[in-house]
Amino acid sequence: MTLVEDGPTTVLGTRLLRREDPALLTGEAKFTNDLVVPGALHMVVVRSPYAHAAIAGIDLDSALAAPGVVAAFTGADLAHLWAAPMPCAWPVTTDMKNPAHYPLATGKACYVGDGVAVVLATSEVAARDAAELVDVRYEPQAAVVDLEDALSDRIVIHPDLGTNKSYQWDLKIEGTPGQVDQAFADAAYKVSERYVQQRLIPIAMEPRAVCAVPQPFGGDLTLYSTTQVPHILKVMTAVTLGMPEHQLRVIAPAVGGGFGSKLNVYAEELLCVALALKLGRPVRWNETRSENAVATTHGRGQIQHIELAADADGKLTAVRVRLLADMGAYLQLVAPGVPLLGAFLYAGVYDLPLAYDFSCTSVFTTLTPTDAYRGAGRPEATYAIERAIDALADTMGIDPMELRQRNFIRKEQFPYTAMTGLVYDSGDHEAAAAKAAELADYAGVRRRQAGQNVPGATKLLGIGQASYFEMCGLAPSRVLASLNYSAGGWEAATVRVLPTNKIQVVTGTAPHGQGHETSWSMIVADKLGVSPADVDVLHSDTAIAPLGLDTYGSRSLPVGGVAIAMACDKVIDKARKIAAHQLEADEADLEFVGGTFSVKGSPDKAMPLAAIAFEAFTAHNLPDGLEPNLEAHTTYDPPNFSWPFGTHICTVEVDTETGQVEVLQYVAVDDCGVRVNPLIVEGQVHGGVIQGLAQALFEEAVHDGDGNLKNGSLIEYLVPAASEVPSLTLGHTVTPSPTNQLGVKGIGEAGTIGAAPAVINAVVDALSHLGVRDMPMPASPNTVWAAIQSAIGPASQGASK
Amino acid sequence: MIPAAFDYVRAGSAAEAISLIGEHGDEAKFLAGGHSLLPLMKLRLAQPSVLVDIGRIDELSYIRDAGDHIAIGALTRHMGIEKSAVAVEHVPLLAHTAGQVGDPQVRHRGTIGGSLAHADPASDLPAATLALGATYVAEGPNGTREIAAADFYQGFLESALAADEMLTEIRVPKMQGAGWSFQKFNRRAQDWAIVGVAAWRRAGASGVALVNMGSTPILATSVSAALLQGASLVEAAQLAAEEAEPQSDLNATPEYRIHLAKVLVRRALEQASA
Repeated sequence: MTLVEDGPTTVLGTRLLRREDPALLTGEAKFTNDLVVPGALHMVVVRSPYAHAAIAGIDLDSALAAPGVVAAFTGADLAHLWAAPMPCAWPVTTDMKNPAHYPLATGKACYVGDGVAVVLATSEVAARDAAELVDVRYEPQAAVVDLEDALSDRIVIHPDLGTNKSYQWDLKIEGTPGQVDQAFADAAYKVSERYVQQRLIPIAMEPRAVCAVPQPFGGDLTLYSTTQVPHILKVMTAVTLGMPEHQLRVIAPAVGGGFGSKLNVYAEELLCVALALKLGRPVRWNETRSENAVATTHGRGQIQHIELAADADGKLTAVRVRLLADMGAYLQLVAPGVPLLGAFLYAGVYDLPLAYDFSCTSVFTTLTPTDAYRGAGRPEATYAIERAIDALADTMGIDPMELRQRNFIRKEQFPYTAMTGLVYDSGDHEAAAAKAAELADYAGVRRRQAGQNVPGATKLLGIGQASYFEMCGLAPSRVLASLNYSAGGWEAATVRVLPTNKIQVVTGTAPHGQGHETSWSMIVADKLGVSPADVDVLHSDTAIAPLGLDTYGSRSLPVGGVAIAMACDKVIDKARKIAAHQLEADEADLEFVGGTFSVKGSPDKAMPLAAIAFEAFTAHNLPDGLEPNLEAHTTYDPPNFSWPFGTHICTVEVDTETGQVEVLQYVAVDDCGVRVNPLIVEGQVHGGVIQGLAQALFEEAVHDGDGNLKNGSLIEYLVPAASEVPSLTLGHTVTPSPTNQLGVKGIGEAGTIGAAPAVINAVVDALSHLGVRDMPMPASPNTVWAAIQSAIGPASQGASK
Repeated sequence: MIPAAFDYVRAGSAAEAISLIGEHGDEAKFLAGGHSLLPLMKLRLAQPSVLVDIGRIDELSYIRDAGDHIAIGALTRHMGIEKSAVAVEHVPLLAHTAGQVGDPQVRHRGTIGGSLAHADPASDLPAATLALGATYVAEGPNGTREIAAADFYQGFLESALAADEMLTEIRVPKMQGAGWSFQKFNRRAQDWAIVGVAAWRRAGASGVALVNMGSTPILATSVSAALLQGASLVEAAQLAAEEAEPQSDLNATPEYRIHLAKVLVRRALEQASA
């Protein structure tokens, strides 16, 4: 036996394979739709085919007479079941207009897909056949599809509100009064840009599914739902139905992705619970893919006006933003707050003086409600500033990378108090940008570009950059209060050491693809000196994990993961008392390394955690006053957001004959502080980048003037597949967060935030010498070709042929 | 995504299939590979009350060298054509095009007869067979008849087939070493072409057909005529859309489609001439 001692090794930072994957990849994981519930009724929602229509009458008789049908209801039939309207948890201003919104529409339908009736039958097929027999008499009205049209109030969708405007939210910050106007008056360079964030359909791989199972006696009910937010759903369901919260248990079984679209309280969840209680039978509902396209929230949907003022060196002196945001027909759970999550980020990663003028106006349209979608407000903001920076560089005639470097918040300025008052915990944009430039061979591409983009060339090279900050892990709770957000920003964790030294971790996070079971086990293994395989992670069941605020906004690791580490510390503290007692040593003389307490200087006097766990269980010999068992609970309310950052660089080749954009290379350098599991981090970046690239090049929910979704199937809604996306080149820097003991930051949304502006900057860069200054998203071949034609003009068109 | 209720009968031969379709009348539909019909049924855009399954009529799945042409059974799967040594040798344009249809799942289930009979102008194989001057054999209650590909397509999803007829064989003239090209322009690999071009060229002769440039697959006769008269490839390609009546959809305006057709025909002719 060699006596060479390696330092304590840890699994933290290793590429441990995800423990979730075997069940998911072999089809063994149980999703809501897989649950076998004897006697369940299947609910089908009858949905409005009109974007805007009065409901003149609903005849359920034929449906009720159909085989297998047990019940059918209109909105009016069920109105007495709702103690409150469907919840909106983010009333961003005191005068925000919020139309009454119930699980089934009564009086009028306000978007294609708005539920107007339900049919319940003994099988899904019977319910679906019968739903076609429900006779709804609609009186169609004109649709409101365009945001600027909505703002005009030409047609008011909710007459009781008197306007389509939901709210206006302003954030003006000036060092001296009038500083913004003065900066624009004095600017050596200015740009004024208009960008459209098209509506996107989140397309989680698993559409929604709900199953509500009432217990036979006493009024208890278990709600299974494919949700990101079982805890929030439980509170909101209890409030909306006037149901005692302790009688409701919410379970999110395996959940096939969410991207924000399952961060909600949906009509179907409330309907299933209410009808299960009313009928005394389990009620379940499965969303079809076509329903998912109209009945589940959409993302984005903004028109952005951004103006930058800069001095002669290109240093930013003021930023002005006017935002018009599409709420859709009603306010869903956090929709009003989504644009405001971006409000603080329109200065991006740049050192802006106190000269910021932001205003957001949100309007109703007769379209599917919008809400959070991966990044929620931050991709939109980052897109605007990063596109505008490129426009400014173009105006100045300098390289956009050079302009960024002149404006970066410098490494030595961290922690940096931004003009908004928010404190950016740590960052090193110069390093991330330099690394990305090196991986992308930025200088080399520029050289090749000079040779390639010559007159007459039809394959044009472009390179685009986006540098970003993502504010995530929203906290502390009192800051959320200042934004009128109705919930807190804390997360709960319990760490329980079982008698045989196996560990149970109870977390309030609700993973739906993120791999929390793997990552949390690694944090505990590192803390307690056990194997990750000895750590069980319990979650997503409010009876097992009663406290939590769930998974969204890249919060799980910097809030929930850190809470687990803190609970481990409490366990260690208690174990130390037991060890000190039994070893007859002073607590201060004990060190805890590799799962064993030993007396400093006397390594033979030692006690492993395994022994302590059993002692805590038998409680035969504990210090006076110490409670038996070894477990600890923590609720962590972080002192600050976490601020991941990075630089993405995309290289494209544009075929000017067809307008086709080919991504030649995509480099993402992300810094999420300390990386718990690089494999999972890379997976998050991969997925995020592809979703951002999809917004840039492929995806858009297209509606006609009557408010009909024109591409509601996966045949027409262009989610890119493996054959359409490049192999990604990933790099990283590690700048630990100083605000938490793990040094971690979130990573779930970073890829999406960086990708869209990097791709579009590259496309515009390829074509800028032709006079193309902007490119609408998605940059489809037709769109790119039309932009080229428009820039070069009809005369040149003829000449080029 | 659940079809309306329907009855299902399976035919063991072409004659039985034709008899069954006659028996059940207008509400019956032939089911071959199902890759066009079943999605429409799941969306309840098609609600046939009877499906006559012809997918297991093995006698109609074959690829044979028939002297001056290759004879392909109507129920031959796309993958079978793509991988057929006979097809690759004598009708390489068709073999290659079969490999561009949809994705591997579609190519393993979809049949050439089903694709042609569906008469979707956005499908690849109708244009490829049209460019190659193929003849389709249809069988009905009154026997068999031959229909030239050029006469087969009559409108959007409308063919010259009578309701009680089914395709049984596709006869594709051997290409005799002609140069060829299939240009499929789309946004995702598995999608239908926004515009596609199937072309072959041998000395002055050529055949050029367009995918998704009208309500039917389009034979670009002006291009071939110009080439015959000695026009350059670039000049001939400018005539690509002369016969086309392109529609507007989410992927393309008619103007863009016309432009794309010219670009893709030029590229196809360049490749076929190389």
